[in-house]
Amino acid sequence: MKTIGVLGIQGAIEKHLDSVAAIGCRGLWVKTAADLKKIDGIILPGGESTSIGKQLEWFGMMNPLREAIAHGMPAFGTCAGMILLAKDIEAYTQARIGLMDITVRRNAYGSQLDSFITDLQVKGIQGKIPAVFIRAPRIEKCGKDVQVLASYKDHPVLVRQKNMLAASFHPELTEDTRLHAYFGKML
Amino acid sequence: MKNTKANDWQVKVGLAEMLKNGVIMDVTDVEQAKIAEDAGAIAVMALERVPSDIRKQGGVARMSDPKMIKEIKKAVSIPVMAKCRIGHFAEAQILQALGIDFIDESEVLTPADEEFHIHKHAFKIPFVCGCRNLGEALRRIGEGAAMMRTKGEAGTGNIVEAVRHMRALMNGIHRLQGCSKEELMTEAKNLGAPYDLVCYVAEHGKLPVPNFSAGGVATPADAALMRQLGAESVFVGSGIFKSSNPKKVAKAIVEATTHYDNPDKLAKLSENLGEPMHGIDVRQLGENELFAGRGW
Repeated sequence: MKTIGVLGIQGAIEKHLDSVAAIGCRGLWVKTAADLKKIDGIILPGGESTSIGKQLEWFGMMNPLREAIAHGMPAFGTCAGMILLAKDIEAYTQARIGLMDITVRRNAYGSQLDSFITDLQVKGIQGKIPAVFIRAPRIEKCGKDVQVLASYKDHPVLVRQKNMLAASFHPELTEDTRLHAYFGKML
Repeated sequence: MKNTKANDWQVKVGLAEMLKNGVIMDVTDVEQAKIAEDAGAIAVMALERVPSDIRKQGGVARMSDPKMIKEIKKAVSIPVMAKCRIGHFAEAQILQALGIDFIDESEVLTPADEEFHIHKHAFKIPFVCGCRNLGEALRRIGEGAAMMRTKGEAGTGNIVEAVRHMRALMNGIHRLQGCSKEELMTEAKNLGAPYDLVCYVAEHGKLPVPNFSAGGVATPADAALMRQLGAESVFVGSGIFKSSNPKKVAKAIVEATTHYDNPDKLAKLSENLGEPMHGIDVRQLGENELFAGRGW
């Protein structure tokens, strides 16, 4: 059985662990650099990207995590997790992993009053999947190695670059586990 | 997909999920808001006076000046919350119009209605409410609160009431888990709580919304204690900006909330933080000086 870690610094960690269990993988709450050795892939959950990024640096986890992903460990960033993966962030400088060739804009869809749910068509998945956008970041630009798997209103919202998968939205907040299963196949 | 009530609810509780495993800090101006954000806060609560000053100064405590809330919203990228008085739905309407992210219908302000709380399902913005036990929590969730926080006793720097309320809440949850199905309607009657929510708690062993702690957290150890008792995040009010070194204390409380189960880390980050907030022995307070008894 494969083990999927969920970066357990801050945010919707439990919901991702529920989804991991639902696709038949072992889940691990990852809090230290040593935990990275015990997992086959990692989910970077939603939450506050500034807080997660800072704490990764304070606790000496940023470099080990970046190296693990750079060496091929599959990573799935949702919302704040996508911001942590992004190479460029418009208008903010903040601590991040920065390995994925995308430019994101934080809170681009507005405040909580602008949060919404929609259905998305995803390349490689039959039927539509429900997508919950909460104070969501928007992908403004993608590099040439980045594959767009789903878009919403002319902006990519689900992208993949080799071992990295990133979503503007929260698949863990719905009962639909097809995106987690997709990530499971990347391990 | 249509924007239905069920969707609204999912989006409200969704933001509360994102705020788990973190620290929400009370701030009274832009400078404090920036200190909070730099220290790793996941949200700020914008208010004119921290609870310990409200306690000291007395008078009627109301919603903050919208201008001050807007300035704080502009200064930080993390979510901004603000408080309205219990039952004061017009203050809540104003806060929603400001486009902030969460409203706290709070006992720290002077209640506007001693009989009814706000019908929170009528709002698009999510609400957090205080509770002292399971029945109170489920009544607020029934009205539409998307996040709960145990009340504690705000502005005292004393954790004893926060512990009392969290223990009462968790005991209530554990009790329901041991009940047979035929007992649940009687439990709902005794708790004064909606039956469907009582059934949810009995089945899942937790509230249907995230469950945070507030009211009295002043040190990293306090934050770790509340996390171990079941709090999924921690609100810190006066404890940070009434300490001698707010920057250091704020960062240490954030770290303690993450590593609440690691005593070695807690020992290290608790070192040399300066004077904590002075604090009040809750037993020295009169019945009419307690905030937690406001609301039902």
